Amino acid sequence: MSSNESKKVFDEGAALLLVDELRGIFASGTTRSYEWRVSQLKALSKLVDDREQQIIEALRSDLCKPPLETVAYEIAMLKNSCRVALKELKHWMKPEKVKTSMTTFPSSAEIVSEPLGVVLIISAWNYPFLLSLDPVIGAIAAGNTVVLKPSEIAPATSSLLAKLLEEYMDNSSIKVVEGAVDETSALLQQKWDKIFYTGNGRVGRIVMAAAAKHLTPVVLELGGKSPVVVDSDINLRVAARRIIAGKWGCNNGQACISPDYILTTKDFAPKLIDALKTELGKFYGENPLESKDLSRIVNMNHFARLRKLLEDDKVAGKIVYGGEKDESKLRIAPTILLDAPRNSLIMKEEIFGPLLPIITVNKLEESFDVINSGTKPLAAYLFTNNKKLREQFVTTVSAGGLVVNDTTVHLATHTLPFGGVGDSGMGSYHGKFSFEAFSHKKAVLYRGFKADASVRYPPYTKTKLRLLKALIGGSILGIIRAIFGWS
Amino acid sequence: MEREVSGMRKYYESGKTKEASWRESQLKGLRSALMEKEEDILKALKQDLGKHHVEAFRDEVGILGRSIDVALKSLRRWMAGREAKLPKIAVLSRADIVPEPLGLVLIMSSWNFPFGLSLEPLIGAIAAGNAAVLKPSEMSPACSSLLATILASYLDNNAIKVFQGGPQLGQQLLCQKWDKIFFTGSAQVGRIVMSAAAQHLTPVTLELGGKCPAVVDSLSASWDTQVAAKRIVSAKYGSCAGQACIAIDYVIVERNFAPVLVESMKAWINKMFGENPKENNSVARVVNKQHFSRLKNLLDYPEAKNSLVFGGSMDEDSLFIEPTILVDPPLESEIMREEIFGPLLPIITVEKIEDSIQFIKSRPKPLAIYAFTNNKTLQRRMSSETSSGSIVFNDAIVQYVADTIPFGGVGGSGFGKYHGKFSFDTFSHEKAVMQRSFYTDFWFRHPPWTLNKFQLLQAAYNLDYFGMLLVLLGLKKTRRYSIWAAM
Repeated sequence: MSSNESKKVFDEGAALLLVDELRGIFASGTTRSYEWRVSQLKALSKLVDDREQQIIEALRSDLCKPPLETVAYEIAMLKNSCRVALKELKHWMKPEKVKTSMTTFPSSAEIVSEPLGVVLIISAWNYPFLLSLDPVIGAIAAGNTVVLKPSEIAPATSSLLAKLLEEYMDNSSIKVVEGAVDETSALLQQKWDKIFYTGNGRVGRIVMAAAAKHLTPVVLELGGKSPVVVDSDINLRVAARRIIAGKWGCNNGQACISPDYILTTKDFAPKLIDALKTELGKFYGENPLESKDLSRIVNMNHFARLRKLLEDDKVAGKIVYGGEKDESKLRIAPTILLDAPRNSLIMKEEIFGPLLPIITVNKLEESFDVINSGTKPLAAYLFTNNKKLREQFVTTVSAGGLVVNDTTVHLATHTLPFGGVGDSGMGSYHGKFSFEAFSHKKAVLYRGFKADASVRYPPYTKTKLRLLKALIGGSILGIIRAIFGWS
Repeated sequence: MEREVSGMRKYYESGKTKEASWRESQLKGLRSALMEKEEDILKALKQDLGKHHVEAFRDEVGILGRSIDVALKSLRRWMAGREAKLPKIAVLSRADIVPEPLGLVLIMSSWNFPFGLSLEPLIGAIAAGNAAVLKPSEMSPACSSLLATILASYLDNNAIKVFQGGPQLGQQLLCQKWDKIFFTGSAQVGRIVMSAAAQHLTPVTLELGGKCPAVVDSLSASWDTQVAAKRIVSAKYGSCAGQACIAIDYVIVERNFAPVLVESMKAWINKMFGENPKENNSVARVVNKQHFSRLKNLLDYPEAKNSLVFGGSMDEDSLFIEPTILVDPPLESEIMREEIFGPLLPIITVEKIEDSIQFIKSRPKPLAIYAFTNNKTLQRRMSSETSSGSIVFNDAIVQYVADTIPFGGVGGSGFGKYHGKFSFDTFSHEKAVMQRSFYTDFWFRHPPWTLNKFQLLQAAYNLDYFGMLLVLLGLKKTRRYSIWAAM
C-alpha cells in the first residue's frame, strides 16, 4: 500500500487536514463509547501478542536490543498496561460522587471524566514501542482520537508501528505520522487538545512553546541525571546487581531513569567497585563489547557524544573498568569511572549511555546536597538499611520518583504516577494516571428550585450580611445564632 | 528584583516553608488579616470596583475565610500522602505517593475579584509548602496596594512577597525561573505566560474565561421560573456587574418562553437593584474607561435599538452601566462573538431548547455552562454532549464556593484546577516513593540469560503466579523456545 506509492510530503496543509478529520470523528462520538475503547485496547493487546517476533526484530534492528529486554520491558509492560486498563476502565469512566457542604445546601455534585478530543503523542527512540503505545493506551482509554509520531531515530520500529496500527486499530481515529523535524513541526503548528511528549528538555521547550500558541495543555516526560546513593552497611551483592540491571540492563544505560552516576563514601568506593566488577563479569562475560545481552548505541551521533565525554584528559584517567569502544558496531563496553571532576561534561550532562561515574564524598549526607545542587532528576535511588538516612532522603531529595534499595522498578508499578518535576518534566502517567492525563475532570453541580435562601441576593441588609457570614462559615450553630440575631 | 527573588529561593531551600507549623502559622496569619482588615478590604473593593460591601463580603472575603478554614483543618491529612497498592509479587516492598512543594511559585491575578483571585491560589501555595510571589492586577490599584500592605504585615516576608506593577513588571517577572505559574486572566495574556514558562519548563495553571451560556428550559411551574430568573439576574448583575469569568454571558431560551423569562427578569432587577441602581450602589462599576468604551461599542451594531428590551443607559463619568437585556442580537455581532464581561445580557431564542446543545458545541469550550431545567433527559444530554470547565444545573456561580469540586477550564477556557484540595495539589509534586527489601532478589532479573529465566520473567510481568510455579517445577510449555533459539 503506502510503501509502493511515492511518499507524499507531510506539510502544514496535510497536518491541518489530519486534525480536522480527527475533530470530525471525535465530534461524531465514536471514540467515547465504552465498547469502542475496549475494542481498541483488546486490538492493541492482540497486536502485541501476534507480532511479538516482529517487534523483537525491529528493536534488534534499531538498537540491537536483547530479545529478553524487549520482551520484559517493552512487550510485557505494554500488555500489563492493556490488562490494567481493560480491567479498570468501567471504574475509571464512572462519575465520582462528591460531598457538598452547607454553603451550597441543598445540592449534589459529581466529577465527570470526559475525553479532551484530539491528542498528539510524540515518542522517543530508546523504548520506541513502549513509549509510543503506553501513552496511546491512556489516550484511547480516555476516549480520544490520537495521532502518534514515533521517533525517526528508531526507524524500523517507527515503520512497524505505522504498519501494525493501521492493520489492527480503528484507522479513522488512530493515526501514525512518521517523519523527522519537518513533519513534527507541521504537527506542532496545529491546535491539539493535549500534547504528550517523551524526550529531552531542548525539544520539550519547543513543544511547550508551540502548545502555548493554542493554550494546549502538555505532559512532558523528560530526563535528567538520576543519582544512586550507596551506603556501606548493605547487601552489596544484591545492590550491585540491581544497579547493573538498572544501568546496563536497561538499553545499555540509554533510559530516562537509568542510574546516571553513583555517590558513595571515599571508604566504601573500592568495595563497591569490586562488587560491580564481579557482577558485571558474571552478567556479560570476559568480553562485554561483544555481549549479545547488551544494546548497542543507537546511532553515530550519540556514539560520538559519548566518546566525547571520555575524551577529556581529566576524565579518561579516571576509568577503573571498561572503556572499550567499537565504532563500526556502535558499541561501548560497560565503563566505570572514579571521581571524574565535578565540572567535567560527563558530570554536567545526562549521560544516556553505558558510562557510570562514581563520585565520592566524606560523609554520605553530603550526597543529598550534591543532588540538590543540580536540576531535579526523573528518578533518584538510595541503597541503605539506615532508617534515618532513608527518611532524610525521602524528605530532602526532590525527583520525579524515588526508589530505596533498587533501581527503575517503579516504572512497572501502575499504581504509582510516573513523571518528572522541574527540568525532568511535568505531568505523569501509568495506570489510572494515564487515563487522567488524557481526560478533563468536569465538575457537575445539581441544585433545585425549591430551597432558595434569600441571603445571597440584593437588596443587601445588615441581617443578610450576618446570615451570610454564618452560612459561609458553615456551622449550624452559627446559622441558628444569626437567625435569632445573636451574632 | 532578581536579588529579591533569589533571596526567596534561598529561604525556600532552607526548608522553612515545608514545615507544617510554618504553613499553619501563615494560614492563620491570613485568617487574622481577613478578620482584622475586613473593613479596609471592603473599602478598597468599593473604591476600585464600586462593589457593595455585602457583595464584596459574599464573593471575596467570606469565601476566603472558609477556604482557609478548610485548608487548616485538612492540612496534615493532605500533607501525609497516600499508600499505593502493590501486586503480591512485590512482597516486602512498599509504595507511597508523597506530596512535596514545587518551590518558588508565581501567582498572577486579575482585577475583577482582586482579593479572591489573589488569595485563593495563595492559600493553596502556602498549604503545599511553597514560597510565593503574588502579582495582583494594576487595574485594581487600591486592592493591589492593600494586599501588599496586609501580606507584608501578617505573613512571613521572606517567603511571601507582593510585587505591584503593570505589564512591564509582568514581563520582568516572566523572565525569571519559577517552579510554577498560576495565572488568572485573558487568553491573550495566557498565551504570553505559557510561552515564557516554556523557556524554563515551568508548569502552569491557566484560569481563563469564555462565553458562559445559561440555557433556560420552558419551566412549567411559575415558582421555578421566578427562582431561575432571580438567580440569573443576581449572577449576571450582582457579581461585579457581570465582569466575572464565570458570569452568565448570554441566555438561550425557547422563543415562546422568552417573554415570560424577560418579564420575570425585569421584575427581579427592579427588586434587587432598585429603581435607580446608579445611586444606591447595588451594582458594581465597570473597572475603567477602556472597558467602558469596549462595552459601549458592543451595543453599537445595526438594529441595536430593536433588540434592547431593558436598560441601556450608561454614564462614563461614574463608569456605570445599567443592567441591560437584549433579545436576539445578530450572531455575527461582536457582542455574540467576544466574551462580554459586563452587565449586558443577550437572550438568544431557539425553536426547541435542545437546539441549544448544538449552539454551545459549535463554539469554544467555556469555563461554565448553566442549565435551568427539571427535565432529566435534557440534563443528561447537556452534561454528556457539551464540554466546559464545569456545568451547573438550576443555579449559577455557586460552583465557585463548592470546595469539593475542581474549579478550572478546558480548551479555550484554560487548564489546571483549584479550590479545596485541588489547590493543594496544583502547587504540589506528587512524588512516587518505592521501597524494596534486599531479601527479595529475583535471580531471573539478571543475565546471563537462560530459557528458564526468560519464562519466569514473562510469567512475573503477567502476575501469573501459577505460571511461575509451573516454570519452577519444569512443567510449563513455552513458545519462548523459538525466540530463544533465534538469539
